Amino acid sequence: MVKELIKTKNLKLWFTDNYVLHDLDFTVYEKKITALIGPSGCGKSTLLRSFNRMNDLIPECKIEGEILLEGQNIYDSKADVTDVRTKIGMVFQRPNPFPKTIYNNVAYGLQIRGEKRKSVLDDVVEKSLRDAWIWDEVKDRLHTSALSLSGGQQQRMCIARALANQPKVLLLDEPTSALDPKSTAKIEELCIDLKDKVTILIVTHNIAQAGRISDYTTFMYLGDIIEFGETKRVFTVPKDKRTEDYLTGVFG
Amino acid sequence: MKVFKEILFKAVTYFAAIFSILALFGIILTLFMEGIPMFQEVSLREFLFSSAWYPTNEHQSFGALALFFGSLAVTIGALVIAVPIGLGTAVYISEIAGSRTKEIIKPMIELLAGIPSVVYGLFGMAFLAPFLIRNIGIDSGLNIFTASIVLGIMIIPIISSMSEDALSTVPRALREASYGLGATRWETITRVVIPSAKTGIIGSFVLGFGRAIGETMVVIMVAGGAAQIPSSVFDPVRPLTTSIAVEMAETVLGSIHFHSLFALAIMLFIITFITNLFTELFLFKKVK
Ligand SMILES: Nc1ncnc2c1ncn2[C@@H]1O[C@H](COP(=O)(O)OP(=O)(O)OP(=O)(O)O)[C@@H](O)[C@H]1O
Ligand SMILES: [Mg+2]
Repeated sequence: MVKELIKTKNLKLWFTDNYVLHDLDFTVYEKKITALIGPSGCGKSTLLRSFNRMNDLIPECKIEGEILLEGQNIYDSKADVTDVRTKIGMVFQRPNPFPKTIYNNVAYGLQIRGEKRKSVLDDVVEKSLRDAWIWDEVKDRLHTSALSLSGGQQQRMCIARALANQPKVLLLDEPTSALDPKSTAKIEELCIDLKDKVTILIVTHNIAQAGRISDYTTFMYLGDIIEFGETKRVFTVPKDKRTEDYLTGVFG
Repeated sequence: MKVFKEILFKAVTYFAAIFSILALFGIILTLFMEGIPMFQEVSLREFLFSSAWYPTNEHQSFGALALFFGSLAVTIGALVIAVPIGLGTAVYISEIAGSRTKEIIKPMIELLAGIPSVVYGLFGMAFLAPFLIRNIGIDSGLNIFTASIVLGIMIIPIISSMSEDALSTVPRALREASYGLGATRWETITRVVIPSAKTGIIGSFVLGFGRAIGETMVVIMVAGGAAQIPSSVFDPVRPLTTSIAVEMAETVLGSIHFHSLFALAIMLFIITFITNLFTELFLFKKVK
């Protein structure tokens, strides 16, 4: 039995006059991995960033419609943006560790919410790093700069940093596109492992990756959702010609 | 032809670089050649630890301590004013102001940087000093307090423009990481943006410090000129630069007094040198 966690209703988005997301109705199921695929510029990142209100930071951006997280509209005037972003965490295309220690990177989310007790912080840091499969690599150097980690390690640390907030949803925007194949494989396995704890929404250009890790696949094209369904079904019997063309590499 | 141009280009830039370095060494050499002879007559101890600066008395004495404190007092005072305001301005311009406001404020602050120091001095004498006399009830408005304010205003643009450069080079990705973790703008600025720009920001303080401690015209005009160790911020002081500039016009070439002014300049040089050295060490060592 799958539960709907996020629903978008008539989601429309503009950057000034550029109409980027065309009236989208879209569902994210709880504790599943949903992949967002589509050609460059079709609005995948923009859609993803709508889920944690990251687009609020762009003055040119205008949004209409609703995004319901467990029935609550995150764009409601009473909604607390910082709360939304705590519940819906994000990992970016390029690893973006703060120029702080590994420990302080992972503890950041708690610290800004005023958590000072060292035992709590220690526990959360350890648990998050374990959940992100990087604890063993960093446990002896928690107090060294996060910038000294390799790219793949940095990305897993960024995942740990997001997990420390105990989010319901994790948004991943091409999290492996800047990484080598080995680090990529590790993060893919990690995503599957995390599925029990958190709902994952992942943008990827790597069609094979979407096929390997996702339960659901959404194909976007020029601001529209062309196709949505279980990954197995979308990959084997796409309903739309454009999905089929994209999956077979006719364009992309 | 192309090779010739290449060589020419290299030579021209090379000589330009050499020239700057020669100028530096020329200045240092002059300072030490003219400054060191003083120590044949005056002990290093007197120079550093006595506060009696009576270069023209019958019983001359050349204790530079009061002058040193004078410089330090007005410079620290200037930093106390300019650091928060300069950094605040920088944060406002880089993080908060819209692009329109930015376009108005930035050139105005650059304008502030372009005002000659003698004009700052006039402002201090003609406006600030009388204002203080009227409102605080002190006898003279030419003192540490006034000098600090005027010097502070003078170095605000240095601190704000350099800090702003540093803040705006902080990658957007770091801000997004912070917002993405549920941080507010304030938390993002204070915990991520400013610490990430730390090197440039501290650099701006050091630059402001150097500018303030070396400033001459303003302190001649508004610091009061009394060679004494101050006991309150409303005491007049005589910074090193004041003595050098004012007394050089009155002294006899080659006299001890003449040499002592170069010794003061050496002191000034060493202060700025040490400050720069410390910041280099501090900034390039610690990455946290
Ligand atoms: N900050 C912005 N300001 C203005 N327009 C933007 C902005 N970000 C994205 N856009 C526009 O929105 C559209 C969708 O961009 P988006 O980044 O969502 O595409 P994408 O599917 O993620 O592409 P890619 O696969 O290349 O990452 C594009 O036309 C882009 O030019
Ligand atoms: Mg994208």
